[in-house]
Amino acid sequence: MTRKRRRLQVLVLCMLGLGTAAALTLAAFQDHLVFFHAPSDIAAGKVPRERMLRIGGLVEAGSVQRVAGTTEIRFRVTDMAHAVDVSFVGVLPDLFREGQGVVANGRLGADGTFRASEVLARHDETYMPPEAAEALKRAGHWKPGAAPPGKGKD
Amino acid sequence: MPAEIGHVALLLALAVACLQSVLPLVGAQRGDARLMAFARPAALAQLALVALAFALLTWCYVVSDFSVANVFQNSHTAKPMLYKVTGVWGNHEGSLLLWVLILALFGAAVAAFGRNLPSPLAARALAVQAMIAAAFLAFMAFTSNPFERLDPVPAEGRDLNPILQDPGLAFHPPFLYLGYVGLSIVFSFAVAALVEGRVDAAWARWVRPWTLAAWASLTLGIALGSWWAYYELGWGGWWYWDPVENASFMPWLVGAALLHSAIVAEKRDALKSWTILLAILAFGLSLIGTFLVRSGVLTSVHSFASDPARGAFILAILAVAIGGSLALYAWRAPTLRPGGAFAPVSREGGLVLNNLLLSTACATVFVGTLYPLFLEGLGGAKVSVGAPFFNATFVPLMVPLVAAMAVGPFLAWKRADARAALRRLALPATAGAAAALACVVLAPPAPVLAYLGAALAAMLATATIGEFAARAGTLRRAMGLPRAAWGTAIAHLGMAVTVAGIVASAAWQSESISLMRPGESVSIAGWQVTFRGTELARGANYTARRGVFEARRGDGMALRLSPAKRFYPSTGSTTTEAAIHGSILGDLYVTIADPAEAGPQGANARFLFEAPADAAWAVRITHNPLVAWIWAGAGLMALGGAVSLTDRRLRVGAPTRRVRAAGA
Repeated sequence: MTRKRRRLQVLVLCMLGLGTAAALTLAAFQDHLVFFHAPSDIAAGKVPRERMLRIGGLVEAGSVQRVAGTTEIRFRVTDMAHAVDVSFVGVLPDLFREGQGVVANGRLGADGTFRASEVLARHDETYMPPEAAEALKRAGHWKPGAAPPGKGKD
Repeated sequence: MPAEIGHVALLLALAVACLQSVLPLVGAQRGDARLMAFARPAALAQLALVALAFALLTWCYVVSDFSVANVFQNSHTAKPMLYKVTGVWGNHEGSLLLWVLILALFGAAVAAFGRNLPSPLAARALAVQAMIAAAFLAFMAFTSNPFERLDPVPAEGRDLNPILQDPGLAFHPPFLYLGYVGLSIVFSFAVAALVEGRVDAAWARWVRPWTLAAWASLTLGIALGSWWAYYELGWGGWWYWDPVENASFMPWLVGAALLHSAIVAEKRDALKSWTILLAILAFGLSLIGTFLVRSGVLTSVHSFASDPARGAFILAILAVAIGGSLALYAWRAPTLRPGGAFAPVSREGGLVLNNLLLSTACATVFVGTLYPLFLEGLGGAKVSVGAPFFNATFVPLMVPLVAAMAVGPFLAWKRADARAALRRLALPATAGAAAALACVVLAPPAPVLAYLGAALAAMLATATIGEFAARAGTLRRAMGLPRAAWGTAIAHLGMAVTVAGIVASAAWQSESISLMRPGESVSIAGWQVTFRGTELARGANYTARRGVFEARRGDGMALRLSPAKRFYPSTGSTTTEAAIHGSILGDLYVTIADPAEAGPQGANARFLFEAPADAAWAVRITHNPLVAWIWAGAGLMALGGAVSLTDRRLRVGAPTRRVRAAGA
């Protein structure tokens, strides 16, 4: 086999591999890209229902309650302009606190309640999740210095 | 005073590194032996200076010298000694210092043990190594000085984040950095070879031990981090496809590819320029990983703005290191002589396939990790990419990879008999089918991919053992096989174990989340778990509320599990301590959240202390089958790397190498 032919074979193989990966990636982006929305976007009705999305903001003070006799927890996430009802079944992260930043993944139900499948608060108590900061900024309620962003894991 | 000496030592190290990055390079170009000889003592001096700085910072932590800002922000007098010491690298500045220390350590190792290297190559490699060190030292000196003083001196420190006070995490950064920084040596050798315009089998042989050592450390570092996340974060997951994790996973993937392509470069004198490219990319990704994690860019573009000087510095280093080396590659790589030819079906062909799959897999992780950043940087929508994306892109690429790992070792170098290889694959394929069938019969229904994964893991394990047994023949001859053959078999077996663990824990996990009153029970995966109530407990620097659980299994086995919630007064934070009963077959994993009557967790922290004895607590119990296999397999992979490293053919000063070096 000549060197040229071998090179061509390797090249075709490479293109095939990269092509497959690109196709997989694009298809996955179509289905699995999760868009971020602030509570104000949801209040304005700009958010698609029944699609996976991510919301962020502050946990409204005094809003956290347990649905009696179940492991369901309800709270409200606010960007200080609007708030959205959130329902979550499970165990909340340790750094989840009223008045603190929070990010949740889930779907918006028909009744306007956000059903969270995952609630995230970062590992570090001085850290504001970037999406939570973003929501406050968009609504014009961001106070720089209130919670320094950018200090992540280890 | 120690802080000032440490600072001066860092500045001196910077000066030495600057000289070391220029003089030997000039010497190598002019053939001036005296200038080249400067590299070795300089590398040793650099190590001494950085080690001094590191020791002094550690001292400041040990004696709790809160006049040093870094100590004040990350330590506390009540912290156990182990975490005072490991707290040195539990923060931005300190971890950079550890990075530079390991970098200097590797540079000094090349200087001390690489006496049989041709002196121009050694001089150039050490010079490149010094450039990296200089960049990092300058970064520290100008933007992240660990020795900054505070005035007035605070009476007490702010303490380290309690979830970082853990033995698993204490040693995670050093191993990770050994991996990252070990790849820097390979990078330096690659750049030196490009400058010289010559890559031969001898070069590949020098580079392989460093790659092996770096990759094995990286494997351990990643495994420790994942294990820590599993038992410490209290969610029971072991991999989140978090950007921070991906940042360490990408160099691992490319490092694995490099490890295999270097074999082809050494044995068959082929794939040379590809190997060089991988060496550059592996370290480039380590740099991207370190910096993106350290600067916080990955989780938010905005944290760049929090310290513009740091962000700009980071970008400059990345641009020069990656851009510069790739430009050098584009310019010099065409001058490398192509090596031996091989047929598509051959050992080389299999290794090429391995390389293609690993680098493609790395590319998908790269895109998934950085796409949100690019999109936001361009002013587009704010998006996130989570596990579903990686499961859809990364996992399909691992299926052919594991299959290729089973087939590859059966193929001969240069040109293999495909039919003979397939015949030898009959037994492993049968074992795979049997494993899949066993899962269908014994385990609850699961997605098809789970059965495929089980089959692949069994096939890989059988093929690896079968191939090794066939090569060895008898036990006595097995002892005489090269250590590299042992290493390959152990590492590939480790991969099979890890795959089995991932498949089983993902497909057959059972979970129960419920409110439990004392006396109530939950049945899960053959266990009957009874809640007996809670009690208060005290630790060195925390107070805890501990749940008491009894677990009984059908066969009469009984045990006590005590998951806890800890409260650390110095930082005002709570942590979840999972109770895990681990066995080879699976883990019983219990966490408690909060008592129903006190209002949910997050409303206040008093629930820990004021909850009545008969309160109902929210409890999460999971059974994770074979989950320990994931880390056991990673341990085997690292062990395989270490065993391979002891191969006499790779040993520094091995006679064969000297002959080749002289002949080259």
